[in-house]
Amino acid sequence: MKVTVEQDKCVAAGQCVATAPDVFDQRDEDGVVVLLTEEPAADLADDVRYAAAVCPALAIHIED
Amino acid sequence: MSDVLPEAEAPEWPMPRAAGCPFDPPPALRALTDDKPLARVRIWDGSTPWIVTGHAAQRTLLGDPRVSVDERLPGFPHWHEGMAAAVEYRPRSVFNSDAPEHTRYRRIMTGPFTLKRVEALRPTIQKITDDLIDRMLAGPKPADLVEALALPLPTLMISELLGVPYEDHDFFQENAARGIAHNVSAEESMRTFGALNGYLVQLVEKKAAEPADDALSDIAARVNAGDITVAEAAMMGLGLLIAGHETSANMIGLATAALLEHPEQLALLRDTDDPKVVAGAVEELLRYLGIIHGGQRRIAKEDIEIAGETIRAGEGIIIELFSANRDADVFPEPDVMDLRRANARHHNAFGFGIHQCVGQQLARVELQIVYCTLFRRVPTLALAVERDEIQFKHDRLAYGVYTLPVTW
Repeated sequence: MKVTVEQDKCVAAGQCVATAPDVFDQRDEDGVVVLLTEEPAADLADDVRYAAAVCPALAIHIED
Repeated sequence: MSDVLPEAEAPEWPMPRAAGCPFDPPPALRALTDDKPLARVRIWDGSTPWIVTGHAAQRTLLGDPRVSVDERLPGFPHWHEGMAAAVEYRPRSVFNSDAPEHTRYRRIMTGPFTLKRVEALRPTIQKITDDLIDRMLAGPKPADLVEALALPLPTLMISELLGVPYEDHDFFQENAARGIAHNVSAEESMRTFGALNGYLVQLVEKKAAEPADDALSDIAARVNAGDITVAEAAMMGLGLLIAGHETSANMIGLATAALLEHPEQLALLRDTDDPKVVAGAVEELLRYLGIIHGGQRRIAKEDIEIAGETIRAGEGIIIELFSANRDADVFPEPDVMDLRRANARHHNAFGFGIHQCVGQQLARVELQIVYCTLFRRVPTLALAVERDEIQFKHDRLAYGVYTLPVTW
């Protein structure tokens, strides 16, 4: 699994960090998404898919 | 070929919920959108915008840049006469601008609401909750849970976070409550908006001159830096202040009323010490309870094909979030409150798209703390009136209970 994020589209809702905190973080100043790892471990795959599905700005993309 | 009713026959919106079913969407809306995710309705000004109830259709439209929140466009389906009348007086803000302008405003507001910042507030929220419950338990029975806990908790939190003096809460709560009624005259809307706006302008100017360690000072600093005007800063502060207390307050009151009717669900929340179970339960309550039930307002900037219909450029769109949370295609047995529901987090209670609630993480933490603390500390909590005596906010854009008399 390869993850990419679009910081320009991000609206800092925090949904990805709440869902997969080992993969996503937020910038302190405005909450914009920070990707912690582009290739998360297999046991995190479900959480990452959930995070992408609940992202309101559709800013998380996954390639399997 | 369209099977949508001719415009002349479009039924009036908003519609009443059924007597005896205060937790479910209006039956007439369900009948209208039984076999399709959108239909036409007639609103206060005689116009016939589309109302969208399906979960998938809502997410498609809320994520579509051709769907605008620009309330100044002709044909915009305003909530009521008052909102339409005051349109020229409301500065641009996150509420009425599209990307990329929206992005610039939003990022000035989001800093205090990151997951990390909100998690750090847990001890403060816990202490406020405990203090309010102490005071309620020391007072006479029955007590009004709205006045004792549901309203003061989020109001204290958002006041402290923004740096708005809590002693002014009667003033801003009253004006905010009038501003979100279903029927507001132009005159009253101008009066309540003018009062609140004037208050925030003064506060922003004070914070710009004498900054403190709070979110409104951070926003005021952007005025000093020349990034935004005082009017824009005041609008941001006002939005956060109103959205920050009114919605969570309704979630606390309404959820308590609903959980007291479902003792086995209440017990699950009371007896668990697993934060994941608590977090999941809060998502289900957000899904099940339709706090935002008046419909989010949008307008099509271009023709949009959806679910076999064409929304024409310039037509109004009403996104009725609550109905999507009861969409059986996404949530099996949607009218059942199931605090262990696996996919509850897919609800649209905070909206979807770039305008999704800025303060949602704060709301989640407040609700996680308050539900657990209330039912653990007051295990004998019970309604002090018959269920049919509870006054629900049918006439407000944010649904809830006006008062909730409880005993223990």
